[in-house]
Amino acid sequence: MSVNMKTKYLGMELANPVVVSACPLVAHADTLRRIEQAGAAAAVMPSLFEEQIDRDESALADLFESTTDRFPEANDFFPEMRRYNDGLESYLKYIEESRRKVSIPLIGSLNGCTPGGWVRHARRIEEAGAAALELNIYFVPTDPDETGEDVERRYVDLVAAVRDVVSIPLAVKIGPYFSSTPNMARKLVQAGANGLVLFNRYLQPDLDIETLAITPRLNPSTRDELRTPLRWIAILRPHFDVSLAATSGVHAAEDVVKLILAGADIVTTASALYQHGVDHIRKLIEGTRGWLEEKGYCSVAQAKGSMSRVHAPDPAGFERANYIKAIVEFT
Amino acid sequence: MERRLTTVDGNEAAARPAHRVNEVIAIYPITPASPMGELADALSAAGVENIFGVVPEVIEMQSEGGAAGAVHGALQAGALATTFTASQGLLLMIPNMFKIAGELTSTVFHIAARTVATHALSIFGDHSDVMAARSTGWGMLFAATVQEAHDFSLIAQAIALESRVPFLHVMDGFRTSHEINKIEQLSDDDLRYMIDDKLVRAHRDRALSPDRPILRGSAQNPDVFFQAREAINPIYQAVPGVVLKTMDRFAERVGRRYGLFDYIGAADAERVIVLMGSGAGAVEEAVETLVGRGEKVGLIKVRLYRPFDARAFVAALPPSVRAIAALDRTKEPGSVGEPLYLDVVASIADHWEERIGESHSKPLPRVIGGRYGLSSKEFTPAMAHAIFDELGRDRPKRRFTIGIIDDVSGTSLKWDPAFHDEPADVLRAVFYGLGSDGTVGANKNSVKIVGENTPLYAQGYFVYDSKKSGSTTISHLRFGPRPIKSTYLIQKANFIACHQFTFIDRIDVLELAEPGAIFLLNCRRGPEEVWDELPREMQERIIEKRLRFYVVDGYKVAEDAGLGSRINTVMQTCFFALSGVIPLDHAIDSIKKSIEKTYGKRGESIIRKNFAAVDSALASLHEVKVPDRATSTRRRRSAVVGATTDFVERVTSMMLAGKGDLLPVSALPVDGAFETGTSKYEKRSIAAEIPVWDPDICIACGLCALVCPHTAIRAKAYAPAALAGAPAGFRSIAWDDKAFHDYRLTIQVAPDDCTGCGVCVDVCPARSKEIAKHKAINMQAVTDELVELERPSFAFFLDIPEIDRTEVKTDTVKGSQLLEPLFEYSGACAGCGETPYLSLLSRLFGDRTVIANATGCSSIYGGNLPTTPWAKNAEGRGPAWSNSLFEDNAEFGLGMRLALDHQQAYARRLTAEVAGIAGGDLVASILEAEQETEADIAEQRRRVSALKEKLAGCEEAAAKALLNVADALVRKSVWIVGGDGWAYDIGFGGLDHVLASGRDVNILVLDTEVYSNTGGQASKATPRGAVAKFAAEGKAIGKKDLGMIAVDYGSVYTAQVAIGANPLQTIRAFHEAESYRGVSLIIAYSHCIAHGIDMSTSMTHQKEATQSGYWPLFRYDPRLAGEGKHPFHLDSREPTIPFQAFAAKEARFAMLMRSDPERAARLLELAQKDINERMHFYTQMAGIERSAPERMAPSGRHVLEIES
Repeated sequence: MSVNMKTKYLGMELANPVVVSACPLVAHADTLRRIEQAGAAAAVMPSLFEEQIDRDESALADLFESTTDRFPEANDFFPEMRRYNDGLESYLKYIEESRRKVSIPLIGSLNGCTPGGWVRHARRIEEAGAAALELNIYFVPTDPDETGEDVERRYVDLVAAVRDVVSIPLAVKIGPYFSSTPNMARKLVQAGANGLVLFNRYLQPDLDIETLAITPRLNPSTRDELRTPLRWIAILRPHFDVSLAATSGVHAAEDVVKLILAGADIVTTASALYQHGVDHIRKLIEGTRGWLEEKGYCSVAQAKGSMSRVHAPDPAGFERANYIKAIVEFT
Repeated sequence: MERRLTTVDGNEAAARPAHRVNEVIAIYPITPASPMGELADALSAAGVENIFGVVPEVIEMQSEGGAAGAVHGALQAGALATTFTASQGLLLMIPNMFKIAGELTSTVFHIAARTVATHALSIFGDHSDVMAARSTGWGMLFAATVQEAHDFSLIAQAIALESRVPFLHVMDGFRTSHEINKIEQLSDDDLRYMIDDKLVRAHRDRALSPDRPILRGSAQNPDVFFQAREAINPIYQAVPGVVLKTMDRFAERVGRRYGLFDYIGAADAERVIVLMGSGAGAVEEAVETLVGRGEKVGLIKVRLYRPFDARAFVAALPPSVRAIAALDRTKEPGSVGEPLYLDVVASIADHWEERIGESHSKPLPRVIGGRYGLSSKEFTPAMAHAIFDELGRDRPKRRFTIGIIDDVSGTSLKWDPAFHDEPADVLRAVFYGLGSDGTVGANKNSVKIVGENTPLYAQGYFVYDSKKSGSTTISHLRFGPRPIKSTYLIQKANFIACHQFTFIDRIDVLELAEPGAIFLLNCRRGPEEVWDELPREMQERIIEKRLRFYVVDGYKVAEDAGLGSRINTVMQTCFFALSGVIPLDHAIDSIKKSIEKTYGKRGESIIRKNFAAVDSALASLHEVKVPDRATSTRRRRSAVVGATTDFVERVTSMMLAGKGDLLPVSALPVDGAFETGTSKYEKRSIAAEIPVWDPDICIACGLCALVCPHTAIRAKAYAPAALAGAPAGFRSIAWDDKAFHDYRLTIQVAPDDCTGCGVCVDVCPARSKEIAKHKAINMQAVTDELVELERPSFAFFLDIPEIDRTEVKTDTVKGSQLLEPLFEYSGACAGCGETPYLSLLSRLFGDRTVIANATGCSSIYGGNLPTTPWAKNAEGRGPAWSNSLFEDNAEFGLGMRLALDHQQAYARRLTAEVAGIAGGDLVASILEAEQETEADIAEQRRRVSALKEKLAGCEEAAAKALLNVADALVRKSVWIVGGDGWAYDIGFGGLDHVLASGRDVNILVLDTEVYSNTGGQASKATPRGAVAKFAAEGKAIGKKDLGMIAVDYGSVYTAQVAIGANPLQTIRAFHEAESYRGVSLIIAYSHCIAHGIDMSTSMTHQKEATQSGYWPLFRYDPRLAGEGKHPFHLDSREPTIPFQAFAAKEARFAMLMRSDPERAARLLELAQKDINERMHFYTQMAGIERSAPERMAPSGRHVLEIES
């Protein structure tokens, strides 16, 4: 008996639950084709960053304005170009072209943290043919006066603003650091999210002790990181019928299986593909299929959420007791 | 037929038709004509076709001579071809122009007429350039307005095609080329109508073709040359008829009628002014006023100046005329009179009787000749009035000047500025802004808004000061119901805006305000507080002139909108709101449309921010209730500061105060020689932030002083005793050295000279252990408290004695920075990449250096009045500096070397002769002195001084002669300085010759990789993949390897340096180059605003340029050749970062990555290959052994320094 690997995500029927997350691999047409050939069910396009859009436009304006009409001998210093591509145009063009080259759904990705004019770019991504949009909200509060409520409102407002301008399904990717992730999830869903992507692996800065400079650094995920989304998907699944995507730490088929059991509709992966190559996707899918087969599941749908917090034999394992248990076992 | 009304400047007006009716366009940048070439290039790059349906070929050449040659060739091969130029550029075209005219070839060159350099360079307008081309045989058609520049661009082409005589189409540089005015744009059909296809075909039929071969350009002999020259006479005689016919044809179609000479004024005029060019506008206004008063005056505008139709000219005069003033915008010293005057005199002599027919009793009218408007000197209706008055006198001056006060030769006429009032229905608005605050751009935009969206006419003209950093701009805008022909600056303004609050302390911004005018001040203070912040003079002006005074906090509005310091749209909105020139709603709507048009391509966020600024501007605009008396105790600051010289007091200070026009002739030197070291008197205080030294952290490395582009941060080491009397807050640290024990060291900023660029902070390596961002140098906002601390400290610092330079290790960063700089406070851009090299040069060798400086940025910040940065030390020694031309600088410097060598040879001979007077030992020691080190030089100076003392008073001829040249016995250093435009392009032929000369000259190429001074046009130093003007799609070919060309000679010391990447290597290269007694070439990486970088981190860019292998550092020293050593030393390691990582941080490359990623990727790939290949080549070079060519003095000549 063959296992039905299909799953539903953001209203789309996907061939299997393995999706490639937003990463530079997806930014190359050739690699994207290979990703499809390896069996990935969908791909999230690289993120368009709010700061980058704003910064690029400002930089361009500053460049022209600061060098224009300064001296009698030089009205300006740069030729007017026929067009100024602020990054958005090539991004959209890439989505359009990729859509023609591959048949798997392509999910657009916007990364930002403030409502503003840039949100309108979501519409352009939709028009370029993205099947859905992933809104990656990454906000680092630094002001002690800004409360948790303020931060949550920021998220909700942003989701509502994007929801306003697009009609394609909208997934919201967030980090794990909320006082109440379930409550936050509800607010996001109420604001218009059709799905949640759990979790953002925050780019954590590093220090260069030679130059005393802050250096951005993003290490590949490790399998240990899987357990944060695993827990929260298991907790959220019974409360929400929106799509849940698991991301972070998915390196092996076992990881895919675990997340499906916890309740994920899809799992996304990137780091593993850097380590093992794009063909690793096939192993993830086949490994998952093999496990389901071996264990006698007939479909992904059947296994999905079977180990969620309410379906698991020991729900407390997802809660604080889990912590106690771990300590007891280690000591 | 409805034609589009547009507001453009003269350059655009002329270039658009020129691009459309030509096929080949060869260009080269030169002020003020560069924008014509740039526009032609941009149009072709955008695929705009000519009227023949093909995109014209536009090519940038290496010089104007090259452009003329290319055009000549294109014409000979049958193309319609043109170019655009001015001044020295036109002079370089003259040899080709003789040929083109001699061959009767149809073409038009479009000229923005500019002063030819004489006692000084001037970028401004007069007719000295075109007048120098009179003998070439070209026709000359003079446009007087922007509309005429547009019309004549086409008319001249039609005339040239029909007459076969090539034409110069001339407009006045700046006054017309840069004036924005509302014009009617010719349609494509107009262009096609005026360009006769038959004539185009005839032009092509005359071309060289192997299918019907001919030979042109023969060499002729005495038997036939003369006759052949005379054979063209009928052609030239026919030209005026062709011109008239063409102008009539134009009038029939377009409606604007022109003549060879257009007369305006009373039909029975007795006094007539004759002139050509933009001055006609001012005279016309005077004539209208005077005729309105019943005076019999008139004006002849000369349109066709060559061939000069004398009969037609006389026919254009009213027969009643009794006195004529011919005005020339040029000077020909030694001539009987200037060109137009002579033409008028001859024409009257030849044709007057014919003109008056029967009434032979009328005497010949008296003709007087006057000069006006040299170098864009203002020429106003009041001046024209004074000329008419002069014509009315019984004995007028036969030769006069107008517009200046000539107290030497008495040529000048007095004029009454009060003579002329502009009509009350013309809004005359004057705006004071900073070069970087967008004031000029906003005003250009306002002229367009009014000109193109309303029935009103509009004019804009913009005046800049001579600085490249913190420059002041003054915009003159007129709006009125009739076409605006006022070709002079606004004399009385009914609207004045000051966009920068700091100006009120140094500029009399209300001088031009007429009673009751509106005054808008951009100010952080509100309407209640601002009054007390004004200097007393301003308060008095406001009260006395009953001004309506408004303030707006444009800074805050712009900041809130996310626009930073760009206050342009805020101020523009306030202008429209206050002036009422058009209804406010309409204005705001137009501003927004224009914002969308201007910024649309650059991104939505920019549009949004500007919209926000417009929307919130008016809420911050407030009227100030003006008190009835002045209360301020603060006075406007004096233009010069500190103890000055007599010249600075009398002359420089007037220029600095903006009163240079009032200086009489006697105030100026007769030969262009000025005292040096005057920049120190001009305290501009333009920095919003200045660096502040923290001695507790400082490691005394000297980097901050080394990289300071304005020599505004300095290091000094001194004995502790010098600290006596130090002001409170003066800082120092202990400093020890082998030669200087227990010394103190101070790093001091010049608070009023710093531009706030921040480069010193970027390079400072010392950080606080507690607060990592705190360095030994930190930018701090300029406050009264800070200035009160730093000003006296800097004054005290300057008075501390200089260190004994003979004991300093000058080959280290720290040591070099302890030497006194003799190049300071230049007006270069904040963060300039060129000036640190010059500052270093001045420190190391300045007291014995002669500098030949090519035209370009370095000649402008190095030699543009009012004040100049080359300075002298306490002994009165310092760099002697001169600028000859753009193209000849290497030869110019070589000439200096030859002279110095010759003088030295002469002095040595005389020294040997005076042994009996001076003593054999002294003479021998002088003649044998090695003069290699600072100590050697100092010793030789002492010897020469002793020699001079012994010779003083001697009557012997040899002694007298030696006293005159004895200083030549001290070794002099010749530096040939210029940019890449000079070294790689226009001056390369001469540079190459000097490289081959073997003489002891040092060539410093400040390589910004573009023509920086004229606005960033590509040169052969521009790298592959960079976007520049004339390379809008990214330069496809790589940079010329000038260094390797020099190395190829074998005998040329060659170094490629980047002061920010490896300061020690730079210093070493300067020393090695100077000490080498042959030709030395240093190619110095000079970042520039044209690179599109954050200038405060420019030195980091230099590092990355080197780390990526993009700018490898090397030194080739012929002294190491033949000794078994390797003369080529590669100072750069293997690249550690890819080229792309460097390129992505510079807009010149990054622009293309965004606008055309595929092309950019390909170019970057090729650029990376270039780098790999070059590094591979250089690495091999570093391993080669080589003998330098042996040098030998020319036969029979004295072997000078070469032998050493």
